Amino acid sequence: MADRPAVESIEQHNLALQHHFVNMEQQRNAASLGMWLFLATEIMFFGGLFCSYLIYRYWYPNEFAIASRALSLPIGTVNTAVLICSSLTVALSVRAAQVGQRKMLVILLLLTMLFGLTFLGVKGYEWHDEYERHHVPGLAFNISDLTAEYPQIHIDPVHTQLFFALYFAMTGLHALHMIIGVGLFCFITFYAWKGHYGPDYHTPLENSGLYWHFVDIVWIYLFPLLYLIDRHPLK
Amino acid sequence: MSEHIVSSKTYYTIWIILLVLTAVTAWIATVDLRPPLNTIVALLIASGKATIVVLFFMHVKYTSEKLTKTVLVAAVFWLLILLALSMADYTTRHLL
Amino acid sequence: MATATTIVAERENYLNKEFGIRSWLLTTDHKRIALLYLIWITFFFFIGGFYALLIRLELLTPAGDLVQSDTYNKLFSMHGQVMIFFFLIPSIPAVLGNFLVPMMIGAKDLAFPRINLLSWYLLVVSGILMLHAMMLGGVDTGWTFYTPFSTAFSNSHVIEAGVSIFIAGFSSILTGLNFVVTIHRMRAPGMTWGRLPLFIWAHYATSIIQLLGTPVLAVTLLLVVADRAANMGIFDATRGGDPLLFQHLFWFYSHPAVYIMILPSMGVINEVITCFSRKRVFGYAFVAFASIAIAVLGFLVWAHHMFVAGISLYSALIFSLLSYSVAVPSAIKVFNWTATMYKGSIQYNTPLLYALGFIGLFTMGGMTGLFLACLGIDVHVTDTYFVIAHFHYIMVGGAVMGYLAGIHFWWPKISGRMYPEGWGRLAALIVFIGFNLTFFPQFILGYLGMPRRYWQYPPEFQVLNVLSTAGSTILAVGYVLPMIYLLWSMRYGKIADENPWRAAGLEWTTASPPPTTNFEETPVVTWEAYNYDEIDAPQQEVKVGG
Repeated sequence: MADRPAVESIEQHNLALQHHFVNMEQQRNAASLGMWLFLATEIMFFGGLFCSYLIYRYWYPNEFAIASRALSLPIGTVNTAVLICSSLTVALSVRAAQVGQRKMLVILLLLTMLFGLTFLGVKGYEWHDEYERHHVPGLAFNISDLTAEYPQIHIDPVHTQLFFALYFAMTGLHALHMIIGVGLFCFITFYAWKGHYGPDYHTPLENSGLYWHFVDIVWIYLFPLLYLIDRHPLK
Repeated sequence: MSEHIVSSKTYYTIWIILLVLTAVTAWIATVDLRPPLNTIVALLIASGKATIVVLFFMHVKYTSEKLTKTVLVAAVFWLLILLALSMADYTTRHLL
Repeated sequence: MATATTIVAERENYLNKEFGIRSWLLTTDHKRIALLYLIWITFFFFIGGFYALLIRLELLTPAGDLVQSDTYNKLFSMHGQVMIFFFLIPSIPAVLGNFLVPMMIGAKDLAFPRINLLSWYLLVVSGILMLHAMMLGGVDTGWTFYTPFSTAFSNSHVIEAGVSIFIAGFSSILTGLNFVVTIHRMRAPGMTWGRLPLFIWAHYATSIIQLLGTPVLAVTLLLVVADRAANMGIFDATRGGDPLLFQHLFWFYSHPAVYIMILPSMGVINEVITCFSRKRVFGYAFVAFASIAIAVLGFLVWAHHMFVAGISLYSALIFSLLSYSVAVPSAIKVFNWTATMYKGSIQYNTPLLYALGFIGLFTMGGMTGLFLACLGIDVHVTDTYFVIAHFHYIMVGGAVMGYLAGIHFWWPKISGRMYPEGWGRLAALIVFIGFNLTFFPQFILGYLGMPRRYWQYPPEFQVLNVLSTAGSTILAVGYVLPMIYLLWSMRYGKIADENPWRAAGLEWTTASPPPTTNFEETPVVTWEAYNYDEIDAPQQEVKVGG
């Protein structure tokens, strides 16, 4: 149980042991707790945006419902699947390290990054699409394409800007986290290829995996909140 | 964190479940469920997906470390404080 | 008595282990990082103090005759931002916490020494950005950045200041993260939770707030910057946005932030009061859990800053009720400190003088907080000098005095030297007098209706304002004195042995200044905290530390 004070052990020869720690177990438990606490801060970081979203959707349900239809449901769904695949590969990569399969480890990490970059590419395409259609909040904002498509729903077009502001803010912040994650995994993959991770030591890999899963979970919530507000066919 | 080595089979199973749930949530959104039911279902499915990612991919099911679960629950609880008390204002503004 | 040079040169400690600027700027030793923080935040303390003096100078006369109104807006904004984000929030945790947390639990360093150094660099970068913003003219939005003024109408450097505070926020988050992991994972054998010094409990509670609150401020500042830079419109009422949403998000952090500023101070007070009363703390468990309770309850009260802003009356009632509840654990602590001193053997050393000042002034500040929590009263005194007096009683009369108490108490440990006790007591007295003269008149001013953030006022308020300004100059003297004699003591002060106060606590079992790895060998703890009855036991020479 790691919450009791650690006791000296003979495990001092592991090259990865940092010397303010007593043994590898203490180091690993500290690193793990550190990453979980960091993820807790990230929950609150995104939380501010979720709070804003909650309030504005409460105020403008119809505007949010219509604006959400501007996003492509098939693309969003596929992108969600891509991210889920990347979570699989990163989880399998930790396992590969645990059983000492270095080659498999590297392949899985490369696949993870590939899925991540795919997600980002698709996101970039979606953003570009919104930009082209004048859905970026600001002076050029214009949703006449949406109001024309759904004339039966009465909304105030001006208020739909809030949906798009939140869409760009939330997916933007998420994408930034993914970019950081891909950058992080560049380093992890390099060290994995160099043979630094094995059954004895793979803490940075494990904790990077936690980060990656967290970013996936944020998207798991963003997808329904942004894409699935109201997709039922209108009469 | 934990020495327990999760089997590949478990990971693949979770992966399939996640993909299926994704398809389900996308499809159900097109079904005419009166709000707020459509939102509730969507969020329930999302929470289910998040839970299995946390439990299996993030190894929380296999860890003996109570502190990990405490940190996670605390963070979610704190987020709910932010959401709930803010909404306490917004949902009651029109009353006076 | 041996001379300075012979003693200090003999023993290797964290100060003389390595010399040169690189050994300081690239250090991962928590004690050196603590000193780096000390230098940086002291610098900002004087910048914030400078702004305060300009404010008080302007307010000597009813007319706005020293600066223009726009400039005055910048003065109080910069005073607030600098003092809060660059002095108070880091102060005790980053200086005393960094230095002492590993030592108090018997560890060699914090869990993540390099992240600790990163925390310092983040504060340095953010400080440089803030200095740059200042030189360009600063911000005039108040430290509170309320929308839509900050997003749409202010012509000042909101983006740069916002980015600066965003970065400072991460410095704070990483310090909190380091402390929580260290306290959970790196306690020495035998150092159970129930044996921890209450200083540690206080820092643990503080760290929880830093971890869970600061990220919300960070994302809120990002939204303000996005609104301003990219015209996103999230807080823009003309597009359906709610300016009050900013206030909800801002105060969700900024209220708990005041507990970040006071809890570490309370932690210091525990150590000082027990030592200079030679007694165990009264109700250890109550004080420990009160710290956690303050951290938790502190997150439930934020909209008491928004009672007159336009929130619903029903939510105002809820927040008012919750605000009363958060006073309870603070009051428990005050009672316990008082009971600790009762029938103790009191030694009126400088740290205790500051601690006594803390108890009285914090109590006044806290109780006036209860007045503000009452909706009916708040309608009249919100946004007046009553509020200013209230929070300065807590932040200056409380937090800063606790900080000074701690600096003096642990000065021998940090520097290996004693400060001159006579000057210490004199400075404490001057601070106390100056502080009360500065801020007590402000309670009256606020009650009489003088609004805050105004650069001119009706002539009938002048006498009280003059008293306040006079007090501020005395207070300034009180703050400058320790700067001088503490620096003096580093060269000429009496050499300190490992435990000049005969205090309890693991940090006092090692040399002053400590070796880089803190302890010659890892301590094994078999005694309870504050075992002064054992330490002072007359029969045998019970060495501190069991």
